[in-house]
Amino acid sequence: MPEGTDILNALVLMTNFVFVPALAYGSQLGLGALGVTLVFGILRFANFAHGDLMAFGTTIAILFTWALQAQGITFGVLPTALLALIPAIVVTAVAAIFIDKAVFTFYRRQKAAPVVFVIASVGVMFMLSAIVRFIMGTEDRRFTDGERFVVRALDFKKWSGLDEGLAIQTTQAITVVVALIVVVALFWFLNRTRTGKAMRAYSDNEDLALLSGINPDRIVMITWIIAAALATIAGTLYGLDKSFKPFTYLQLLLPIFASAIVGGIGQPVGAVVGGFVIAFSEVMLTYAYKKFATYLVPENLEPSGLLQFLGTDYKFAISFIILVLVLLVRPTGIFKGKVL
Amino acid sequence: MYLVGEDMTGGYGGADILKSCTVGVEKGEIAVIVGPNGAGKSTAMKAMLGMLRLRLGKVVLDGKDISKMTPQARVAEGIAFVPQTNNVFTSLSVEENLEMGAYLRDDDISGTMEQVFTLFPILKEKRRQPAGELSGGQRQQVAVGRALMTEPSVLMLDEPTAGVSPIVMDELFDRILEVRDTGLAILMVEQNARQALNIADRGYVLVSGENWRTGTGHELLANPEVRKSFLGG
Repeated sequence: MPEGTDILNALVLMTNFVFVPALAYGSQLGLGALGVTLVFGILRFANFAHGDLMAFGTTIAILFTWALQAQGITFGVLPTALLALIPAIVVTAVAAIFIDKAVFTFYRRQKAAPVVFVIASVGVMFMLSAIVRFIMGTEDRRFTDGERFVVRALDFKKWSGLDEGLAIQTTQAITVVVALIVVVALFWFLNRTRTGKAMRAYSDNEDLALLSGINPDRIVMITWIIAAALATIAGTLYGLDKSFKPFTYLQLLLPIFASAIVGGIGQPVGAVVGGFVIAFSEVMLTYAYKKFATYLVPENLEPSGLLQFLGTDYKFAISFIILVLVLLVRPTGIFKGKVL
Repeated sequence: MYLVGEDMTGGYGGADILKSCTVGVEKGEIAVIVGPNGAGKSTAMKAMLGMLRLRLGKVVLDGKDISKMTPQARVAEGIAFVPQTNNVFTSLSVEENLEMGAYLRDDDISGTMEQVFTLFPILKEKRRQPAGELSGGQRQQVAVGRALMTEPSVLMLDEPTAGVSPIVMDELFDRILEVRDTGLAILMVEQNARQALNIADRGYVLVSGENWRTGTGHELLANPEVRKSFLGG
């Protein structure tokens, strides 16, 4: 039988390598999926440019971070990028509205089929990703500063007396806290304010919304502002947590769409839940459980292999498999969204 | 008349569906449009709301020509419309549906909402429920309630009793009579011609987009031709 400390060690190990990273990653996916789901619910198309809108927003946030740092302004123990988020959201929102006016408004007037919008959004995606590469280049960039850890592994070991350490990075803690604040604010906006209710009404029944005097142009504009804000926040948090590399944001598109669809597309709650489902599946299925098992089973039964279901190279395959399964078994997703 | 579509001629791009058709309603009155399938009943109503372009004829509200206005502008002028289908926001609560009905208003809407709740008490009970979870008859009440929230002078109903049981239909007609008594002009398209003409102050029988017979509800009910053609003898 494993002893009490062994069980504790195993739990700390899981928290450190699975729970904390998945929680942060899930928050980032959830915020990204919220943007996708809002655009889908209101503008009625799957916006493939959302990943690169995130990259664009992050680029702007990094530029502002550098500008602030050059002025000698930092955010104390927190990353300066958090301050830079505010102007970055404004710039990204303006860019999103400009893109809508330049590209999507034309197709809305034409009453084009949703697939036409999707293809147009692919074009926007390429343009945005080119702009991001022009500005930032293609290599990896770290732009976090301030205190690196909230909880350090060594301090935790000393405090608990366990063999396993628990480290919580500042960026992980910030990710979860900011995501929580943003989600609560967004839900308050959608459910309590007149404009938010009008957005839901427009998403629910466009014709009746028009008959009720809801101005569609205004709804579309507010949707882009919110989508841009969510994209900037999600992208910057992801960049702070990992690093900024333009290509990763294109790759993020798959888990983000998987999150939105698993949760039920068009359903804000679903996007958040879907984000965590995808994140925890990815992390849990690619984690090597050898050490975890070693703590819990008798010594003579120790596993010889890594006890890893899938190599980390296959993590994107996991979102893809979940996506396919959900579309086969329950196409409306967990929270009964629209069927794509 | 308070609202009138005069000599309306037009269709959805192809052949004319309406041919010099005239429909109108006075305040404090119920006008009912009946006729066989494909007679252009709903089209006539939609033309008055501005949902199709008229080639000829005009729509006049309270002496003002509104023919060139968009449907949204006509709603702002005081015309409320209850479509036949998809007439509630299914994912919004009953109360939110009513709030959205009053979206154009900047004043306090609680008084109007109380009036709607007095008219349809069941809605007050179910105010927090999503409208999509209600029964067909209750949904129609939400739809009418939503339309009334703009404090309109004209209420247009496109087959309000389609798909509801006879008991619910009688109930709904009673409520519509109550609404009329508050001084609104009510224009309705109805399949249930007999019951609708029974409460109508004014009735229009349309055939192939033209006015065929016009009169008070009781005149039309008593008219042998109308009885033979539409009311089953």
